[in-house]
Amino acid sequence: MSSISPEEVAKIAKLARLKLSQDEIALYQRQMSRILDSMAKLRQLDTQAVPPTASVPWIEPSPREDEPAAFSNASALVALAPEREGPYFKVRKVIE
Amino acid sequence: MSATWEMICGLEVHVQLATRSKLFCSCATDGFGASPNSRICPVCTGQPGVLPVLNDGATKLAVKAALALGCEIREESIFARKNYFYPDLPKAYQISQYEKPLAENGSLAVAVKDAPSKTVGLQRIHIEEDAGKLLHAIGSEDLDYSLVDFNRAGIPLVEIVSKPDIRSPHEAYAYLQALKEILQFAGVSHCDMEKGEMRVDANISMRRAGEPFGTRVEIKNLNSFKAVRDALDYEGRRQIAALEKGERIIQETRLWDADVQATAPMRTKEEAHDYRYFPDPDLPPLHAPRSLVEAMRRELPELPEARRRRFIEDYGLSVSIANVLTGSRELADYVDAVAEITNPATATPTAGNLIATVLLGFLSERSLDLSRVIGRVTPESLGKLTLLIADGRISKTMSKEILAEMLNSGRDPEEILKERGGGQVLDEAQLAQWVRAAIDQSPKAVADVKSGKERAIGAIVGAAMKLSQGKANPTILNKLIKEELAP
Repeated sequence: MSSISPEEVAKIAKLARLKLSQDEIALYQRQMSRILDSMAKLRQLDTQAVPPTASVPWIEPSPREDEPAAFSNASALVALAPEREGPYFKVRKVIE
Repeated sequence: MSATWEMICGLEVHVQLATRSKLFCSCATDGFGASPNSRICPVCTGQPGVLPVLNDGATKLAVKAALALGCEIREESIFARKNYFYPDLPKAYQISQYEKPLAENGSLAVAVKDAPSKTVGLQRIHIEEDAGKLLHAIGSEDLDYSLVDFNRAGIPLVEIVSKPDIRSPHEAYAYLQALKEILQFAGVSHCDMEKGEMRVDANISMRRAGEPFGTRVEIKNLNSFKAVRDALDYEGRRQIAALEKGERIIQETRLWDADVQATAPMRTKEEAHDYRYFPDPDLPPLHAPRSLVEAMRRELPELPEARRRRFIEDYGLSVSIANVLTGSRELADYVDAVAEITNPATATPTAGNLIATVLLGFLSERSLDLSRVIGRVTPESLGKLTLLIADGRISKTMSKEILAEMLNSGRDPEEILKERGGGQVLDEAQLAQWVRAAIDQSPKAVADVKSGKERAIGAIVGAAMKLSQGKANPTILNKLIKEELAP
């Protein structure tokens, strides 16, 4: 009962910047289809009386006042980067 | 543009909300021009395990923007993740709003020169976070890699999407001006385009009148309102030329190149967009309850249109001067402050004219902002100057010279006047001497006045004025001559 095609798996992999072999595409096709089948089963439930939920209820954080507070170790964040130059993060060229 | 073609245009405008801290973390928003990556933290650089916490100030400003633009506001809206990979986006998704934006169905009155004002519909306003800034060159030297500065990442924006109601490049320009004006007045944003606080993308297609909408093209890299106008003008012509040759318009994104005044297809390594939006599980729904909306409505200042009307009705300013003086909130506030001092209101038109001609002329000649001279020519000192005119102590011509001097030196108008020989002579004893001498010199005019030709008095005033070397106050001269010649 396959509800997702190999082409769709390949497209999702591409959007997620994953390089998959043919075997992996077949594997994920089976796994993702099973997930979708489970969702399809849930969909059979009558949810008429349930309001649409974008996120599960939790204790809402009290709103944050618009008051700046500097993070004390900004340079450490740059130091974590695989590549950097001076105060900058360095990445592969993105424009041609 | 051929008369049979009609332009269909909608604008997407990103505006930076004037908060002090970022949208989901406490990093400061003053990073423009600061050292790179000095306003960053684990949240806005997308470190694992962090959670966003919404800035209450951003919500309030976004609600204000929605109110000022006449939108319906959702009590509960949803933050969504917009997924794409680009190095300016540390989390590989941007927190935005998709299915349920904060506000919808607004409108903006747009005054197009030489045409009746029209209303442009607004489709939606939603809150989202800004991305970082990429650097591809240092000075004129192109890099073979890119550098990233996240000072801007996470700064709160609202995206304001118009309906496709705009029909010409001029309308687009006027829409942007009206939008900027209203957002500045409402205190929502500074809209400083040079700092990237207001950014515009345009969607444009052409159709023959009455036909359905054609394929649209998105134009980016529009760095000024003028660039928007020029790019739409160019792109409209390009599309007409293609359509008239029987070609099809490709739905694509094009970049405006101001140097060559043309658009060209964008070339990036980015795949066709498929953002896979979904509700952000890290954030609860955004609540904008009635109470908040009403509180923001009360805080909303008088908006440009209302203020223009008040300037005309209460201050007696002409329509054109009122338009000029409501060009920014700062300027309009300045005018209000001057008007408080120049009461009664009769003196305000004089002050308004001085501001519109001399003061703004001075600023534009030197490309200065009003804020640069407010300290030098305070509303108090400009008010004083206006009162000197109202009291007849100086002429309008002289007032312009004095204001120019005030702008240059920041000195007090009274002081400048004293230095220049005290301006007009008001002393009645001195004036009476000139009046008597003038009467002696003008027997014919005197005879005419006595026989009832009131107008002949002008010749005597003229003679007295000449004797005073132009320093006498003409109103008092007039009064004294009448008294002298009264039967």
